[in-house]
Amino acid sequence: MNDNKPALSVEVAGISKNYGPVRVLERVELSIRRGEFLTLLGPSGSGKTTLLTILAGFTSPAAGRVFFGDKDVTFVPPHRRNIGMVFQKYALFPHLSVAGNVEYPLRMRGIDRRERRLKIEAALDLVALAGFGERRIDELSGGQQQRVALARAIVSEPPILLMDEPLSALDKNLRDRMQMELRALHDRLGITTVYVTHDQREALTMSDRIAVMNKGSIAQLGTPQEIYRAPASRFVGEFIGESAFLPLKARDGRLAIGDVLLPAGYVDDGEPRALLVRPEHLVILPTGEPDEPMLRFEGHVHNQVYRGESHLLGVSIPDVGTVMVIGPAGGPVPGTGDTIRLGLRERDICIV
Amino acid sequence: MRPGIFRSRKPHGVMLAIPALSLVALLLFLPLIWLAVISFQDPQGALSLDNYRRVMREPAIVATYLMTFKISVSVTLICILLGYPLAYMIASLPRKWAVPALLAVTLPFWTSTLVRTYAWIILLQRRGVVNTWLIDRGLIDQPLALAYSFTGVVIGMVHIMLPFFVLPLYATLSSIDSSFMRAAASLGAGPFRAFWTVYFPLSLPGVLAGTVLVLVLCLGFYVTPALLGGGRVLVIAMAIERAAAQYASWGVAAALGITLLAATVLSLGLGWFVTRQGRRTRA
Repeated sequence: MNDNKPALSVEVAGISKNYGPVRVLERVELSIRRGEFLTLLGPSGSGKTTLLTILAGFTSPAAGRVFFGDKDVTFVPPHRRNIGMVFQKYALFPHLSVAGNVEYPLRMRGIDRRERRLKIEAALDLVALAGFGERRIDELSGGQQQRVALARAIVSEPPILLMDEPLSALDKNLRDRMQMELRALHDRLGITTVYVTHDQREALTMSDRIAVMNKGSIAQLGTPQEIYRAPASRFVGEFIGESAFLPLKARDGRLAIGDVLLPAGYVDDGEPRALLVRPEHLVILPTGEPDEPMLRFEGHVHNQVYRGESHLLGVSIPDVGTVMVIGPAGGPVPGTGDTIRLGLRERDICIV
Repeated sequence: MRPGIFRSRKPHGVMLAIPALSLVALLLFLPLIWLAVISFQDPQGALSLDNYRRVMREPAIVATYLMTFKISVSVTLICILLGYPLAYMIASLPRKWAVPALLAVTLPFWTSTLVRTYAWIILLQRRGVVNTWLIDRGLIDQPLALAYSFTGVVIGMVHIMLPFFVLPLYATLSSIDSSFMRAAASLGAGPFRAFWTVYFPLSLPGVLAGTVLVLVLCLGFYVTPALLGGGRVLVIAMAIERAAAQYASWGVAAALGITLLAATVLSLGLGWFVTRQGRRTRA
């Protein structure tokens, strides 16, 4: 569909924005590649939605520039930016049918009726809503409305697609399915997509790269793997996935957790550091020695959380802290109060 | 098992409504039925269609109907033209200004219709405020015939009817989500096109509600046409007053009243019908 209309790159150069006394965006720099699926991930107030609003042109920044390709669009009004956008509550026009909604951007661009009809059919086909053209908006389910909003956003083949938490109104199963479909649609069309969400799982599933945002700045920019395995800061480590932090102390020139020394390579740089421990990295040790070099801890179970596919055990390690570990699949699960020995492979050591 | 009305909620609710329903029945429906009966009686009390024949045929009365219609439509149209931008402006204000703005619009309600009509006479009469101001500035030589004319009545009635248009329209406008306009913009619609293709269609229910309300109120209006019309503007309400109070022609007055009621119900019915049609073609 998008063969003769290549996607554009997006350049965010030094964008700052205030709302009154509050600095919502602080000199944000971001380069989004052509055809990339980039997610702006962060908690409320991180500035991700404001950044998207600026990309769409609904607000202008206090400082900085936005480029689509090599064109400076910072002060170009939204209706001239040639973007596609999907809103959180879809914003489908209730006085128009499904076809009426989807053809709207084509009407605005002066495309003739015959061509409009072809493009509407193609767009509805892409989102698996073929034949829904004559339906009224209030006859559709949430998932169907979301697809109409998507069809409407892409029907004019814009080089850039912006999405503001489009899946947040859907239930979990539908959301999981739509994540796959959205990603598939992106791959098929090759549109540069900027996606805003606070759901880290969504970000990890769908994105080529993730920009984790916190308090108006980008805390880390990287692939989902990079963000998950090597968080650049405690904030990123905490925001993505399950995590526990064990404070590191200096001891005899090396770093240590309680009594357990880290391997020689890890040195103290004077900053307060912590060991990031994810539940899947911890191994419940059987009696007997493990065959890999590991950090070993001993503690007792203080609670269990049933997850369906597994149990999550909260383990308290005296003088060190609390960690979460995934209980053994099948077989008996250690009970509250039981002593438990945990191992962390050296290759899974992650310091923030 | 508790007996009777406490077994289900419905009869219980009806019981609570009986006092109000009785009041409405007593003070509204019974007199209306009585009025209808009177309208079908001649001065001797016999059954007759004379009253209606007079009401439909007599030139003076037919002219009165036309004038009433002319006034009502003019006032309604002007209210739409003035009221829409006003309601739009109020709806565009930051939320905290909505209540003070609406208060300002409804402020005229704090004064009685009669007082407001007299105020307009003072403003619009030959040596009134408006004419004196215009003459003093050399904009006109002769005073404009504003009071005691069709124009005066329209001006006075627009002032009275405007809040009735603005309020229902505002209710609709304030419910139009701002994300619709943003969506329209993101889809390539400039401000003008976005207004006409998205905002205006969504505002029509409010426009219709306000229009019907104003029209119905205008049809039966008495005070302003009577005073500001100076005898030159005759509306049905005045004809009823004349028939009843001056000529004691209760039959004619009743017939006029019933026909006015019929015209009002027809207008409401039309409005309801159009709304239903609109609802079917939209969503």
